[in-house]
Amino acid sequence: MSEFALSSDAAPAAAVSRARRLATLALFDRLFHKLTFSAAIIVLLLLGGVIVSLIQGSIPAIKAFGFGFLASQSWNPVTENFGAMAAIYGTVATSLIAMLVAVPVGLGVAVFLTELCPHTLRRPIGMAIELLAGIPSIIYGIWGLFVLAPFLQQYVQPALISAFADTPVLSTLFAGPPYGIGVLTAGLILGVMVLPFIASISRDVFDTVPPVLKEAASGIGCTTWEVMAHVVLPYTRVGVIGGVMLGLGRALGETMAVTFVIGNAHKISGSIIAPGTTISATIANEFTEAVGDIYTSSLIELGLILFVITFVVLACARLLLMRIEHKAGA
Amino acid sequence: MSLYYRRRNTNLVATTLCWGAAAFGLSWLVMILGALVFEGAKGLSLDVFTQNTPPPGSAGGLLNAMAGSLIMTIIGVAVGGPLGMLAGTYMAEYGRYSKLTVIIRFINDILLSAPSIVIGLFVYTALVARMGHFSAISGAAALAILVIPVVLRTTEDMLLLVPGSLREASTALGLPRSYVIQRVAYRAAKSGLVTGVLLAVARVSGETAPLLFTSLNNQFWSLDLNAPMASLPVVIFQFALSPYKDWQQLAWTGALLVTATVLILSIAARTLSRQRTSK
Repeated sequence: MSEFALSSDAAPAAAVSRARRLATLALFDRLFHKLTFSAAIIVLLLLGGVIVSLIQGSIPAIKAFGFGFLASQSWNPVTENFGAMAAIYGTVATSLIAMLVAVPVGLGVAVFLTELCPHTLRRPIGMAIELLAGIPSIIYGIWGLFVLAPFLQQYVQPALISAFADTPVLSTLFAGPPYGIGVLTAGLILGVMVLPFIASISRDVFDTVPPVLKEAASGIGCTTWEVMAHVVLPYTRVGVIGGVMLGLGRALGETMAVTFVIGNAHKISGSIIAPGTTISATIANEFTEAVGDIYTSSLIELGLILFVITFVVLACARLLLMRIEHKAGA
Repeated sequence: MSLYYRRRNTNLVATTLCWGAAAFGLSWLVMILGALVFEGAKGLSLDVFTQNTPPPGSAGGLLNAMAGSLIMTIIGVAVGGPLGMLAGTYMAEYGRYSKLTVIIRFINDILLSAPSIVIGLFVYTALVARMGHFSAISGAAALAILVIPVVLRTTEDMLLLVPGSLREASTALGLPRSYVIQRVAYRAAKSGLVTGVLLAVARVSGETAPLLFTSLNNQFWSLDLNAPMASLPVVIFQFALSPYKDWQQLAWTGALLVTATVLILSIAARTLSRQRTSK
């Protein structure tokens, strides 16, 4: 097409056809602009569509239960009496356990990758950690069910139960028979899933620290650890928190890995080795079997609650990460 | 002197813990892949690729599930890929400095990590409930919604990496804007755009939650887009939770196949994008 611009043929007949073809070009140009613009708008509408359709789908449940839905932990398909409390509790409890595992380990991996790792190993190890993030969640689920849960049931949980039997608070935390599956197992699996996200974001964030700062700290005699704790971490605090919240968002919404090992029991138990349920596991397990409007609608309302929770967490994470990108760019 | 030793010891303990953390993280990868290969390879035979999913207690394969996964992934990427790419083009080329771009980028980032089961619920209420039955096409729609944010993000990032001087040079030659984008910017960012699509395929091919109540499952060979269709992840889910040994074995084998596909795709994507950045 560039020949139109380059050739300056001045013959009158050619000028007419040239004008026509330029008009086609201009038309095509406008069309392409409109096309990309509408694609962008569609993306915007999709999120709106998700929210609207979830609200619409949960109206029957909202009408039937009101705010009591959030506070009730009954879940009885026969009497059609539903409450979200047990599922919300399970979601929060498993995510909390996951973060207890993933945050320290993830940060440790990030420090290792930026400061301690020999240069030749940096790329392969970084890539291996990112591959861990790419493994589909159903794989974690099947592995958790057949490998991790039996292991925990046979060795770890009996040890925990007998070790803490006489300690006041911990004995209720680790009470009951060792099922293998349950809140603790689900939390551990989630922790392993979230770990690579936190590790790779923290690594990227650590890399934004100007080398001069670290060199200056080392120059006045700081140890590697002191450089990390007193220079790098304070400088990147906002970004690290953003990364952690991004991981939390993943953990809250994760479905398949949890569904395999949570046990799907609609009750709040004081013991973390007892079976429980999460919002996403409830939906995955029961949605296709749900009969009746109220049942289906209650499950959709659960989805709405999950979406709102993760939306808030993810939005905070993005805002924090945007701040550190801004800082790095400035 | 004691302060010196304390600092040195703290440093020693902290760095050892970091080494430990890295070893811990990597050991999970080894353990998961090890169990997958060990358990999955036991059931690997030609039957897996040539026969349909069996009823409990008899031998069979995963042919219909693989075909279903392939079909729905292709449709999902064919719909979501171009949409994401066009939207990404708008953000990087036309609306680079507009408010709309900032908003879409923010929303896209949230869609990128939104729980996939919620996307499944959305497609259920928007499509399945209206059509009155589960269908492969609604499964593909759910996958398309998951493809869009991945492709959009990489497209925008890669187009922003294309030097502005290339665009200015071609504009100075008299090329219209759309041609500059298609003939110059797209070509310069080609490997990056392919990376985005590969990453999207990798993400989508292991997704289970959004398919559970959109495409459901089908025990038989079916290519009907208007009917329920089997897919590898859903079959793995169903078979792994069943009490039958045959089914559990097939679930492991399916899991091995899915993981191999996803890992190969993401390694390919990474090598492609590294070639680009090292140039």
